[in-house]
Amino acid sequence: MEPFTALTATAVPFDAVNIDTDRIIPARFLHRQRGPEYAGLLFHDVRFDEDGRERADFILNQPAFRDARILVAADNFGCGSSREHAVWALAAYGIRAVIAPSFGDIFFNNCFKVGVLPVVVAPETAAALRRRLHAMPGAAVTVDLESQTVTGPDGARIPFTVDPFRREGLLSGKDEIALTLGHEAAIAAFERRHADEEPWLRITRPS
Amino acid sequence: MAAPRTMFEKIWSRHVVAEGAGDMSLLYIDRLLMHDGAVHTFGRLRASGRAVRRPEAIVATADHYVPTAGGEAAGADPAIRAMVDGMARHTGELGIPYFGPGDPRQGIVHVMGPEQGFTVPGITLVCGDSHTATHGAFGCLAFGIGASEVEHVLATSCLWQRKPRAMRIRVDGVRPPGVAAKDVILAVIARISAAGGTGHVIEYAGAAIAAMSMDERMTVCNMSIEAGARAGMVAPDATTYAFLAGRPFAPAGEGWDQALASWQTLPSDAGAAFDTEVALDASALAPTVTWGTSPQEALPITGRVPDPADTADPARRAAIERMLAYMGLAANTPLTAIRIDRVFIGSCTNSRLEDLRAAAEVVRGRRTVVPAWAVPGSGLIKQAAEAEGLDRVFREAGFEWRAPGCSMCIGMNGDTGRPGERVASTSNRNFEGRQGKGVRTHLMSPAMAAAAAVTGRLTDVRALGAAGA
Repeated sequence: MEPFTALTATAVPFDAVNIDTDRIIPARFLHRQRGPEYAGLLFHDVRFDEDGRERADFILNQPAFRDARILVAADNFGCGSSREHAVWALAAYGIRAVIAPSFGDIFFNNCFKVGVLPVVVAPETAAALRRRLHAMPGAAVTVDLESQTVTGPDGARIPFTVDPFRREGLLSGKDEIALTLGHEAAIAAFERRHADEEPWLRITRPS
Repeated sequence: MAAPRTMFEKIWSRHVVAEGAGDMSLLYIDRLLMHDGAVHTFGRLRASGRAVRRPEAIVATADHYVPTAGGEAAGADPAIRAMVDGMARHTGELGIPYFGPGDPRQGIVHVMGPEQGFTVPGITLVCGDSHTATHGAFGCLAFGIGASEVEHVLATSCLWQRKPRAMRIRVDGVRPPGVAAKDVILAVIARISAAGGTGHVIEYAGAAIAAMSMDERMTVCNMSIEAGARAGMVAPDATTYAFLAGRPFAPAGEGWDQALASWQTLPSDAGAAFDTEVALDASALAPTVTWGTSPQEALPITGRVPDPADTADPARRAAIERMLAYMGLAANTPLTAIRIDRVFIGSCTNSRLEDLRAAAEVVRGRRTVVPAWAVPGSGLIKQAAEAEGLDRVFREAGFEWRAPGCSMCIGMNGDTGRPGERVASTSNRNFEGRQGKGVRTHLMSPAMAAAAAVTGRLTDVRALGAAGA
C-alpha cells in the first residue's frame, strides 16, 4: 500500500448526499482485476455519456477540477455496496483523500486498506469548504495526516482525528496481514480457549 | 452483580483476541462466507504465498455472476463465466466446500448460509458483501467487509475492528394485513435515514419482530446496511432454534444441547443500555414503496411523490429534484398512478420460500401485463417452491421462473433492465444504475411487486380484491 503522509492538491466539491458505491463504480466493471484502468471507471455512468464522451456538466470533467486529488463530499459518502473497487477507482484516478461529515462504514474501512484517507469533519465545516471550492474553482487544499489538519484555500486550519491504529497504518503503508500474523500466538491461544468454552462451534462438514 | 449487557456486547466481548492502539480490537471471526465476486481475492492471497488459515470455517457459493436464465450459463459473457469457473477452481484447490451451479445447494450467499445451518447464533460471521447483515436475524454478529478484509480473514481468522455503538429499534404492535416485513424495514429506513445507523449495530426488538418468522427477520436484518448499519440482529428464540434444528451444518446431538445452552444466554439483559433507541408501531404501517434513488425515500403506497417546493432546505430540495429527474417522476403524482415496465421478485432480501408464496398468492388466477421474473434464492428453495406448485402459478400468470442467483438486484450477470425502464423490485437498492444503466427502481414487498405485475402500475395490494374480481 502506498503510504499517506500529507498532500496539497486541487480539491473538488461533491454536494450531493448519499453518494453510493454503485455511483462511484457500476457493478458491471467489478469482474476486472485491479489496475490503472480503474481511473477510467471512476463515476463512469455520470462522467461519460452513451458514446463514452465526457459529460460537460460533471464536475470532474471541468478544467479547474480535472487534476483534483482531494474530494470534499456531503453526508454518507460511499454508502451501499461493500465493493472495495470504489476506493480502487478513486485511488487510480489520483484521489487520495476524501473529506466528508460521514461515510458508509464499509467504504470508510476499505479506504485505509488502499491508502486513501477519509477525513471526518463537522457538516457545517464540510459545507463551508465546498462553498469555498465552488467560489475558487481549482483551489488547493492541504490534508496532513501527521499533524491531523486540513488547511483550506483561505489558510483556515481544520483539525481532525484518525484512530491511532489506522493513522499509523496509513503513515507507514505497512502490510496489515503481516502485522496480524505477528499476533499468531495470541490468536492460537484465543482459539483454544474459545473451542473449550463453545465446543459446539466445531464445524462438522455434512457428508 | 454484573452490569446488564446487550446481545451485541456479549458476542463482541467473547471474540476479542487483543486490543490495538486507540480503540481498535483484533476480533476473532468464527465463520466466513464467500461468493464468486471474491475470485480475485483468492488470487491475491495465493500470489502472496500465504495460506488460508482455517478452510474448515468457510463455505462458498456462486451467486453474483451466475446467469439465471437456466442451463449451463450458455452464451454468458466469458469474463463473467470466468468468475464462476474461478471460484470452483480456487475452492477445489484449497479444500473449501463450494456449492456451484448445478448443485441444488447453490444460491444467494445470504440465503444459502442460513439454509445450510452454517449461520447460527452467537458467532462472528463475515462475507465480502454488505448484505451480510442478513445473518444477524439468527442472533449473531454478521457484517459485510471489503476485499482486503476478506483476504485478511482468510489469512488470519481475524479482523481489526473499531467497536460500533449499539442501537435498538423496537417495533411493537401487530402488522395489519398486507403489511410485510419489507414494509417494516422500509419504514425504519425512512424514519432514521440512510445514514441513521452509521457506526451502529442495530438490534431489532419488540412484539412485531418476535412474531416474525426467520424468513421475515432475515428481510429486516438484510436492509440494516441501507440504514447505514453494518449489522442488524434479532435475539434468538424458539423460532430460531426450530429453523436451525437438523440443518446440515448446524450442531447436532450433544453439540446441539451445548449450543442451545449457550444461545439462550445471548439475548440482551433487562436494563441493558443502548446508545440510541428508536420505536415504531407496526399497526400504523402500510404497504410501502420507494420513489427516489435512496432506500430512505420510501412512502406508504397511499401517498404522493414529494414536491421539492415543499422543502425549505436548499440541499434537500436539490436532492429531490435530482431524484425526480432520474426517476422520470412529476411532483405530487399519486404513487398508484406510476406505471411500471418490469417486475423483479428475488434478491437476498426477498427470494425465500415465504416471499415466493406471498407473491404467488397475489398472482394466482391473474395475468401479468408487463415482463415479470421470479428468481428463487437457492436451488433448494426452487425445488421446494416447485413441490408446492408455485412455479406453475407464476408461469401460468406469465412470469418467467428462473434459476437462483443475485440476478437483477445487482445487474452484473447479464440480468439488467434497459435504460429508462421502471422496475417494481423486491431487492434492496434503488440507486441510480443499480439494475442497469438508466434503470429506475421502486423497492417493495413481494406481494406488492406481484400486484404491480398484474396491474402494470404501483398498486396497493390491499385494494386488489379477489382474483378474477
